[in-house]
Amino acid sequence: MPAPAHLFPLIRSCEISRIGSTACYCHHRHLCCLSSHFAHSHFRYAPQKKFAALYRPKENFNHFIHTRDHASASQRFYLTPPQVNSILKANEYSFKVPEFDGKNVSSVLGFDSNQLPANAPIEDRRSAATCLQTRGMLLGVFDGHAGCACAQAVSERLFYYIAVSLLPHETLLEIENAVESGRALLPILQWHKHPNDYFSKEASKLYFNSLRTYWQELIDLNSGETTDVREALINAFKRLDNDISLEAQVGDPNSFLNYLVLRVAFSGATACVAHVDGVDLHIANTGDSRAMLGVQEEDGSWSAVTLSYDHNAQNEHEVERVKTEHPKSEEKTLVKQDRLLGLLMPFRAFGDVKFKWSIELQKRVIESGPDQLNDNEYTKFIPPNYHTPPYLTAEPEVIYHKLRPQDKFLVLATDGLWETMHRQDVARIVGEYLTGVHHQQPIAVGGYKVTLGQMHGLLTERRARISSVFEDQNAATHLIRHAVGNNEFGTVDHERLSKMLSLPEELARMYRDDITIIVVQFNSHVIGACQNEEL
Amino acid sequence: MFLRVLSDIQWRAANPKWRRMTSSRRSTSTTAEPHPVSLPAQAQVVICGGGITGTSVAYHLSKMGWKDIVLLEQGRLAAGTTRFCAGIVSTARPVSIELKMAHYSNKLYQQLEQETGVPTGYTKTGSLSLAQTQDRLISLKRIASSLSVMGIPCEIITPKQAVQLHPLINIHDLVGAMYVPEDALVTSANVSLALATAASRNGVQIHERTSVSHVTVQKGRVTGVETDRGRIQCQYFVNCAGQWAYELGHSGEVPVHIPLHACEHFYLLTHPLAEPLSSSLPTVVDPDGRIYIRNWQGGILSGGFEKNPKPLFTEGRNQLEIQNLQEDWDHFGPLLSALLRRMPGLEALQILQLVNCPESFTPDMRCIMGESPTARGYFVLAGMNSAGISYGGGAGKYLAEWMVNGYPSDNVWPLDLKRFGTLQSSRTFLRHRVMEVMPLMCDLKVPRWDFQTGRQLRTSPLYDRLDAQGARWMEKHGFERVKYFVPPGKDLLDLDHSKTFYKPDWFDIVGAEVKCCKEAVCVIDMSSFTKFEISSTGDEALENLQYLFSNDLDVPVGHVVHTGMLNEKGGYENDCSIARLSKRSFFMISPTDQQVHCWAWLKNRLPEDSNLTLEDVTWKYTALNLIGPRAVDVLSELSYAPMTAEHFPSLFCKEMSVGYANGIRVMSITHTGEPGFVLYIPIEYALHVYNEVMNMGQKYGIRNAGYYALRSLRIEKFFAFWGQDLDAFTTPMECGREFQVKLEKGMEFVGQEALLEQKQNGVYKRFTMFILEDHDTDMDLWPWWGEPIFRNGRYVGKTTSSAYSYTLERHVCLGFVHNFDEKTGEELVVTTDFINQGEYEIDIAGQRFQAKAKLYPFSSLFTQRRRKDEVELSGYQTE
Repeated sequence: MPAPAHLFPLIRSCEISRIGSTACYCHHRHLCCLSSHFAHSHFRYAPQKKFAALYRPKENFNHFIHTRDHASASQRFYLTPPQVNSILKANEYSFKVPEFDGKNVSSVLGFDSNQLPANAPIEDRRSAATCLQTRGMLLGVFDGHAGCACAQAVSERLFYYIAVSLLPHETLLEIENAVESGRALLPILQWHKHPNDYFSKEASKLYFNSLRTYWQELIDLNSGETTDVREALINAFKRLDNDISLEAQVGDPNSFLNYLVLRVAFSGATACVAHVDGVDLHIANTGDSRAMLGVQEEDGSWSAVTLSYDHNAQNEHEVERVKTEHPKSEEKTLVKQDRLLGLLMPFRAFGDVKFKWSIELQKRVIESGPDQLNDNEYTKFIPPNYHTPPYLTAEPEVIYHKLRPQDKFLVLATDGLWETMHRQDVARIVGEYLTGVHHQQPIAVGGYKVTLGQMHGLLTERRARISSVFEDQNAATHLIRHAVGNNEFGTVDHERLSKMLSLPEELARMYRDDITIIVVQFNSHVIGACQNEEL
Repeated sequence: MFLRVLSDIQWRAANPKWRRMTSSRRSTSTTAEPHPVSLPAQAQVVICGGGITGTSVAYHLSKMGWKDIVLLEQGRLAAGTTRFCAGIVSTARPVSIELKMAHYSNKLYQQLEQETGVPTGYTKTGSLSLAQTQDRLISLKRIASSLSVMGIPCEIITPKQAVQLHPLINIHDLVGAMYVPEDALVTSANVSLALATAASRNGVQIHERTSVSHVTVQKGRVTGVETDRGRIQCQYFVNCAGQWAYELGHSGEVPVHIPLHACEHFYLLTHPLAEPLSSSLPTVVDPDGRIYIRNWQGGILSGGFEKNPKPLFTEGRNQLEIQNLQEDWDHFGPLLSALLRRMPGLEALQILQLVNCPESFTPDMRCIMGESPTARGYFVLAGMNSAGISYGGGAGKYLAEWMVNGYPSDNVWPLDLKRFGTLQSSRTFLRHRVMEVMPLMCDLKVPRWDFQTGRQLRTSPLYDRLDAQGARWMEKHGFERVKYFVPPGKDLLDLDHSKTFYKPDWFDIVGAEVKCCKEAVCVIDMSSFTKFEISSTGDEALENLQYLFSNDLDVPVGHVVHTGMLNEKGGYENDCSIARLSKRSFFMISPTDQQVHCWAWLKNRLPEDSNLTLEDVTWKYTALNLIGPRAVDVLSELSYAPMTAEHFPSLFCKEMSVGYANGIRVMSITHTGEPGFVLYIPIEYALHVYNEVMNMGQKYGIRNAGYYALRSLRIEKFFAFWGQDLDAFTTPMECGREFQVKLEKGMEFVGQEALLEQKQNGVYKRFTMFILEDHDTDMDLWPWWGEPIFRNGRYVGKTTSSAYSYTLERHVCLGFVHNFDEKTGEELVVTTDFINQGEYEIDIAGQRFQAKAKLYPFSSLFTQRRRKDEVELSGYQTE
């Protein structure tokens, strides 16, 4: 076993042998063994056949608990409920759509979002913004791999590209004229950011110039047609990925920026973006994050409607697509161990130029690039059986859904959530959280013979069941609590939650992935009214 | 006809849904004609509500000789909250007037069966109040002290003694208990029916299934009542509608604000124990567990006051909410836990039902009685805070006296409807406040506790400025007032931990503020005080005020007069300062909570005269009180006017400029006996004047101060405050204020006769100041108010307020000394010699401390100290 001992400094030697057998393979699902942590020569021989075990984190977890039980009492530590809460709530954010005259005329009531890191630093990103020059709201989750640079860049830039794609010709002209004459720019987006969600100051000029080139082209093209949201989304995704690629090829005289654009291009990110405008909901998805609609049935129960397709090996159409795009000779090497070229889990992504550029281009850019890039084993490494690039695209699949009054909420989440929870459970937990109904019938004694003691026992049990709900003011936090702390009965087990959250940094990644969740709550009244108007 | 109802008022018949039950009873008993007797066209009094309060008022009114009374009940007699209340008569009440009412009720119910022949189920079981903590035991000891001096038997006992009285109690977590052997149990509905029976025999007409739609008022007087069965003309209307009193009050054209709000209240009934409980077992109250437990037909009845009450009927009577009044076991869970913890032996006891019975609560936990300030003849008795049975009898008596005699026989100001105004009438406010009040029923009541809900309603324009400087706030009549300022870097205990009967955590903070008032100058924002302006075109203002106030108001313009507003018996209805602004206009400053009462009093007595205007200008002025020897310097620098005693004598008022602001009313009073001024500032100048004063004051060592400092200063100077020390039963003669009464001012005034008589014959109580001698401020329990005073070992009265005097370095209590005849208990004249020739003790929660009695403040001592302090003052400034 090539278990690198330095990865587990917190574990005493007696435990390494126990834990090493399960922990030696990496959990960086998207890009197996290629993250900087694992950047050593053994990566190619990592026991990939055991990878399947990673999909059952509970097994690993129990094993972990088991080994910890053998540790001395002084080694054991649990977080108290308040400590658990402060970890869970550190990144939570809520936004309520402001009301006018006591009325909210938007189809969106607001959203809750949250992140729980497993990587250090976290590789997930999230964004939310209201379009100011067109109607609608944009929300997105971005799951980075091989570092967070690409996810960060996409989270900052993508919404501007979408917003610009949606703008009518006159507004684009107005903006261009403003820039030209140095006047104040019309604000395009109103961001809804958690203090931890940052924008890169250094790159803003560079990013702005790329964006400006894009809208200038749009002005020149002036199709005169009204903008279709689906097309706008697809164009924005593709254009941004193209700009990321170009910026890395051109480089930047500023060495910091030069290194930044290269990191962005060589790392990757998936994106799942929702555009909500009245009853029109568009989901644009690239990669394996997922969008899911929570629907309340007439009987009050909750069901889930998935509004995106995962772009990975489990998706037959996606495998088919990749195969048709490359010669038959590569059929066997294209998808190996459920990964693109045996390496990458998502089949679509931003960045990841290693899967897009020709070998010559990659070598040229790396050689002319800064030393840090040259020293990095990962960037220099060319994927095996790399014959007919590009193998990867950022083009999203767009799904349209017309909102109905029974559509109560939308969950956007990175795969960290979906690998631990079934969508049906997600719909139920969020639905019950938002409505505050817990399907607990009131007790009535009626004519039954009940003693005080029996009643007391019954009430204590019921209290324990609902107490977890009231700890959270944020639906996303509530969902994370369940995702991380659920026991086999589907209820939050504090001890389990506490253990999961007290994992040392190096170990956390073995048991869970970064989780990012946005829960958008819809305004059924407005949606119902829109529907009635049309009838 | 109501007697017939008796047969089916049996607890056994109880059915889970109270409303359903009342309706089913209704259907079974409609064999008789629904309304055999038609309503009279007119009556002297119409009472609305056939619960315990309504029947009690009818009973007492008819006993006092009023016969022309009609009692209307929308459903059946004793069918609302009264029917479902737990029937516990408990005298262990912290507020003196409530204690008196409960005591009277107990005596009344005891003989009621004999008087009326209606079985009331009265059983003298006694009650046990348990203490799980030392603090709780202290509060019980305080109650025990007040019970004993009233002659109500009661003792503090050990847990072991408690278990002998009630074998089911688990005592492992108890530190002590209070036993009141004469507390009783009754069947509350039957008590109500008994009272109705007696009233009916005395001529009161009772009409069931008659609901009042509204009350008509003309020219500020009640003229009649509209019901679903026609109109009744009447002079008096009594609103005893319980939880519907608020709605009924608002139904008329002239709204009567009765601030109360209903909350769901749950109690549990069980089947009998294997060995049925004796009906003589005492009732157990476990306030720390928030529950009460009484024996009930061999089983138990147990309810409580949960931390998370469920208010209802916020939007008025609502059929949906009535139907939803069901057992809520999840809600009752914590109380059930407390019950099983207290009586673990009950685990196997079978549940009969969980009763959900709404109770109404008021914003300050005290019931509401008295006459409406807006409609004469409109009386109210409601908002019993779940103690309707305990208070019902006594409260009915006081209200009947009030109606018949014009005033009740005791001071009921703490319960007076007029302590509230429209501002406590918002449904949102009430809903939030009762959610705080209901849990408080069981919480520890410590000195100087403030409500946390319904705050920041009325504020001074300086609120934010003061808050930013560390102000801690209390609320009076909805107005935020500063208690003290926490200096930067200093932290106080959080709310729950600051509850104490001992030395509080703000002791040093207030000490520093007092020191600054004595040595330099402090600013206190006193904007909450009630401010009226009375003016007239001719001499009407002066003439009327001369009649309504005891001091001589015909003073030169610019003079300020301290005077009482007395009732016919010479008692203080209000204590105020009046400045003569001009020949024909007066500016009157009264305590904050006088806003409604004083307004009503004046309105009712001033003639309808277009030449005479009375205006409430409370909101127009911000008041800054500059206290201290350096106030003179600050003000003269800001106004470029000489402020020394020669130019600006004491009790003087002048409009002048302060800083850039003109028209500031400056008065040389401070309400504390210290030198200084109060500035009445039109609100738009408030911030400017405050900033100027603070800037200019810097070199004189100015700082902010709060009401706690003011309190300490006024009490050590023997200043009485209305509402605290003075009430409608206290005359100026009894509190050493003869000098504020001008018996020979050349014209008649209200209360003159009574005062003349007192002057001749002497007084029966005397306001006295007590200095605690052997009291250790750090270690001993602090006095508060209501502590019994003993003279030569015999009870002579109670304290009314107390404070630590930082100057004397002793506690000072103010209170009234009576002279009860040793044999008959009759009240005798109290002379100065009687006061001076006694050894005094003050009883704080059962522990007695020696006290020195004084009839005059320590004027000499203060001047001496001041001279000494002036030496220290130079040091103060360099600090």
